[in-house]
Amino acid sequence: MDASLAVSKDDAQTGGQWPPVVEGSGEATRKRVSSWQDAGFAWLVRLVAVFVLVAMSGIVIALVYDAWPVLNAFGLDFLISSEWNPPMDRYGALVLIYGTLVTSAIALFIAVPVSFGIAIFLTELSPAWLRRPLGTAIELLAAIPSIVYGMWGLLVFAPVFATHVQPLLASTLGKIPFLGVLFSGPPLGIGLLTAGIVLAIMIIPFIASVMRDVFEITPPMIRESAYGLGCTTWEVVWRIVLPYSKTGVVGGVMLGLGRALGETMAVTFVIGNTSFLTSPSLFMPGNSATSAIANEFAEAAPGLHTSALIGLALMLFLITLVVLMISRFMLSRMKKH
Amino acid sequence: MSDSKDVHIEFRDFNFYYGRSRALHNINLPIARRKVTAFIGPSGCGKSTLLRSINRMFDLYPEQRAEGRLLVDGVNVLDPGTDPTTLRARVGMVFQKPTPFPMSIYENIAFGVRLHESLTRAEMDERVEWALNKAALWDEVKDKLHASGSSLSGGQQQRLCIARGVAVKPEVLLLDEPTSALDPISTMRIEELIDELKNEFTIVIVTHNMQQAARISDNTAYMYLGELVEYGITDQIFIKPQKKATEDYITGRFG
Repeated sequence: MDASLAVSKDDAQTGGQWPPVVEGSGEATRKRVSSWQDAGFAWLVRLVAVFVLVAMSGIVIALVYDAWPVLNAFGLDFLISSEWNPPMDRYGALVLIYGTLVTSAIALFIAVPVSFGIAIFLTELSPAWLRRPLGTAIELLAAIPSIVYGMWGLLVFAPVFATHVQPLLASTLGKIPFLGVLFSGPPLGIGLLTAGIVLAIMIIPFIASVMRDVFEITPPMIRESAYGLGCTTWEVVWRIVLPYSKTGVVGGVMLGLGRALGETMAVTFVIGNTSFLTSPSLFMPGNSATSAIANEFAEAAPGLHTSALIGLALMLFLITLVVLMISRFMLSRMKKH
Repeated sequence: MSDSKDVHIEFRDFNFYYGRSRALHNINLPIARRKVTAFIGPSGCGKSTLLRSINRMFDLYPEQRAEGRLLVDGVNVLDPGTDPTTLRARVGMVFQKPTPFPMSIYENIAFGVRLHESLTRAEMDERVEWALNKAALWDEVKDKLHASGSSLSGGQQQRLCIARGVAVKPEVLLLDEPTSALDPISTMRIEELIDELKNEFTIVIVTHNMQQAARISDNTAYMYLGELVEYGITDQIFIKPQKKATEDYITGRFG
């Protein structure tokens, strides 16, 4: 290329013919290079795509292999027994799986409506000058390391929660027959409910920013059509924007749920870390799969205990897989309607 | 036109602003009841802005505002006391591109009706059929009312949007370049439809297509750079325009 450029410059200086004759060969070389580059690039991206599959199956194989001793020893009891007792070498993961599922469910129960409200405000109601700072603040919430949330939860939130909120919940929701048992017992501050609330705060930025982004891509003309029929803002969002962006919304909720299921550090701080669950109350301390792994891994003796912790990891993996499958199923059902 | 009882909508000293820039300058324009009024003019002349003022669509955008008076049946709808949702029930709108809602054909029609009226199941069925008939779409969709609105062709979707607007029983229909995304056959059907609908509705249409304005409208307003240059009976505007600028535009010398 340089050579041809130099030649044409010379030509120009000497008033040579136009077009310059040397161009042809340069063109041909370029074509050859680009087709070679295309093939190389295609192989490169194919390789990295396959790498995902390889890494994925490697992880599954390793998990199953290392969890095999405990699965072999306890069978289905590993799933349905609530006795998690390392000194006696007895491992039933029910309490831990229950803790993971319940805290994540509480988190979603709180975070989804709050995020929905944030997204509606940001896309439909917020004055233009507030949109950017508020959106950035929400994204910044996602950038706070989880250990900070954990410390805040333990040192700031839990005491306030125990002295002010839990007694209030016990005297109101706790009085409801049947449901009330969930909000009974001593106000300890730490426990499943606290962990769920801290998780909710942690996943709100993820769900809210995805919801805002997908709400924004609803074509303005569709929204104007709905307003043009005399819809209120609520009717436009609930009946038009939400159905239009449902795939993205479900995706955002699943992103949040994935984060909640896998969150370790913040949960460990506030969940109480006890694998004995004696009451269905959400005020009670409990444990989650991730939190148990983090707390026990360092001290676990090689053998059944280590294998049990890896078994917990395998359960987490399966839960995530099931969640993903359910969301796919929900989406395919929605598409039909 | 001269009879004041026939005036349905009237702009009086109407100005419109996008932020600080003024997009419409002192518009004075009466729109006749149950006639087709066309707004023509080159891109950016403010004809869509003028149209969208009639149902106060600019309320959605904080940086847009209107000044002056806009009378619908003699009442100034720019008055802060006017409820935009009620106004929009009286003034329906159809856009450049078809905008079916993500729901079935039936629901697309019933959706708007339910916002303003509570009908029984049978009444609603009747209303949906009536609206689809008005939009000359019933025969094509009567066997698949529960299919998705977006499964229809572009021209059918646009007629669905017209049916949706008509179903609310408005007094006015605003059409913002309703055929600009359609093929000639679909365009012809929509134009025939407009001719039918003007027996019951006041129709205001923005169009880039001069022949279309000449074919379907009773009155035509020619706009340029945010000002109303000339307004009158369509035949006169097209055959014998009063102003040189109008003549230049409609004869295709610019625009």
